[in-house]
Amino acid sequence: MKNLQFDSTNAICGLTFIALGGFFIYQCLSLELGTALRMGPGYFPLALATILTFLGVVVLGQSTRVQGEPIGPIAVRGMLFILPAPVFFGLTVRGLGFVPSLFFAALIAAFASSRMKPGMAVVLAAAITLFSVVVFSYALGLPFVRFGPWTRL
Amino acid sequence: MDLISNLALGFSTAASPANLAFCLIGVLLGTLIGVLPGIGATATIAMLLPITFQLEPVSSLIMLAGIYYGAQYGGSTTAILINMPGESSSAVTAIDGYQMARKGRAGAALSIAALGSFFAGTVSTFLVAIFALPLTAIALKFGAAEYFSLMVVGLVSSIALAHGSIVKALAMVALGLLLGLVGTDIYTGTPRFTLGIREYADGLNFVAVAVGVFGIAEILRNLEGEKNRTVLMAKVSGLWPTKEDFKRMAAPVLRGTAIGSALGILPGGGAILAAFASYTVEKRVSDHPEEFGHGAIAGVAGPESANNAGAQTSFIPLLTLGIPANPVMALMVGAMIIQGIVPGPNVATEQPTLFWGIIASMWIGNLMLVVLNLPLIGLWVKLLTVPYYVLFPIIMAFCSIGVYSVNSNVYDLYAVALFGLGGYLLVKLRCEPAPLLLGFVLGPLLEENLRRAMILSRGDPTTFVTRPISAILLAIALAVLVVVFLPSVKKKREEVFQEED
Repeated sequence: MKNLQFDSTNAICGLTFIALGGFFIYQCLSLELGTALRMGPGYFPLALATILTFLGVVVLGQSTRVQGEPIGPIAVRGMLFILPAPVFFGLTVRGLGFVPSLFFAALIAAFASSRMKPGMAVVLAAAITLFSVVVFSYALGLPFVRFGPWTRL
Repeated sequence: MDLISNLALGFSTAASPANLAFCLIGVLLGTLIGVLPGIGATATIAMLLPITFQLEPVSSLIMLAGIYYGAQYGGSTTAILINMPGESSSAVTAIDGYQMARKGRAGAALSIAALGSFFAGTVSTFLVAIFALPLTAIALKFGAAEYFSLMVVGLVSSIALAHGSIVKALAMVALGLLLGLVGTDIYTGTPRFTLGIREYADGLNFVAVAVGVFGIAEILRNLEGEKNRTVLMAKVSGLWPTKEDFKRMAAPVLRGTAIGSALGILPGGGAILAAFASYTVEKRVSDHPEEFGHGAIAGVAGPESANNAGAQTSFIPLLTLGIPANPVMALMVGAMIIQGIVPGPNVATEQPTLFWGIIASMWIGNLMLVVLNLPLIGLWVKLLTVPYYVLFPIIMAFCSIGVYSVNSNVYDLYAVALFGLGGYLLVKLRCEPAPLLLGFVLGPLLEENLRRAMILSRGDPTTFVTRPISAILLAIALAVLVVVFLPSVKKKREEVFQEED
């Protein structure tokens, strides 16, 4: 048992809910609420967002009483390399085209593990790309441009 | 006999060479991904969902169902071999299955699990076939108020079965519902919560949210502490259970099937509950309760049958009412909607081939699992030794392609990253993603039915309690909520989930 004054996980959790609830409430303010008979677009979400905020307050309140385990390790390196992979693919799939875009996306994701060696990552990314092009582009016939306009100089 | 002719229609649909092939691919792929430790059925389906979109609706759903069984089976395999349940419903299997494996009986444990599941699957498939039509008839009488109340029951039950804090699970439902509302308001056409991004006007892509919250968050969690997995590589030999084993598994399998079938129908994730209930029952009725926890055959056979039966009967609320009973069914709803099918009571009458084809394919899928996977166990074991860092770039690439191929919308890919991050943070804050996904799927339906019910009742909110079916459903929801908040139940519930960890 740790001698914490409050459970930090629940405190962060409560604050997150309050922030999210607050965000949705703020967004609802610009929407028409309507009446209970004819609910406007803002009625139901405003009710939900209020509930969410309230629950956030409850969780925050609980954090001063209940003690929990600490958050534990966070996959920082994982986040740094895994999350950009789909974003990169999204940014470049039209410009670079399917083949180079996928290759680099897989390459980026491969480095999320500290055990991956550069040479191996390149081979793996190439293998993934080859397989995907054969399966998705040729066999399933998905309408992807294999090499986009940015590759044609 | 309606039932027989319907089943015949179903089998003729499901047994067409193409559909058999898709079922086979689904089962194999599902097992393949499901075997990877820490990745359960929900994450597997979320990842593989996109590859089914290019298919015909029937084939696509048959393949998805195949992936589901395969993933569950894969989860049990890892539970037994390396004490790492892929899904919470196979957590119970790990208790005794792993002990059996340590005693050199891994082969027997795996085949008991497979055979028990197959038996349970066969029985419960017939139950689905028998109950589907009468329930559909009831469902057709449902109005907006009833649908609203029914969905409330589903959401409340999902809270009851989530791990950890009930308050957090409630908050996850609310957040999920809100995220489900992102997009254009159906009545007025007003864009809501889109932050001015036109690409989100149709709402957040369901696949992107599911892949992010389940798939990517799962990968990140696995990347946290990269430690070596200790795979129990003691040779998997003696696959076939002995006569003695058969004798000892018969009764638990039967009881497990009965428990699972009954609990699976409950909205909110009956399969997990079924597995736990079955384990408790077996321990209580056993002549040798001291064996439990040390490799009791009944402790593998019972829960495995129960969770498979529960998984099967959880299709009943989906097929008859269009209400997903658990996150996997929520994924199925998403898949149906993308295929242009509105899930609900009309599916059975308007698209009988689809409806009965899915039911028949459930049985075929289960059969394939037994026939194919018992001989393939060696291969799956080998797969466990493939290092994880080789696997997840592959998963990431397929997720990206899959999500993009749904709508060719690059914003969906950004949403994947965003929800991957969000999902991971929520897991770290000890919030369950399952209620969130259920809320996300039900959000628009819930709001639509609420508003419609209020218009129909001329703004009188008592409509929800004056209509009898609706009132009963709300009473059930309230009862569930009261029960989970009761101090004694709350304590018991925490114990159950503690055991699982």
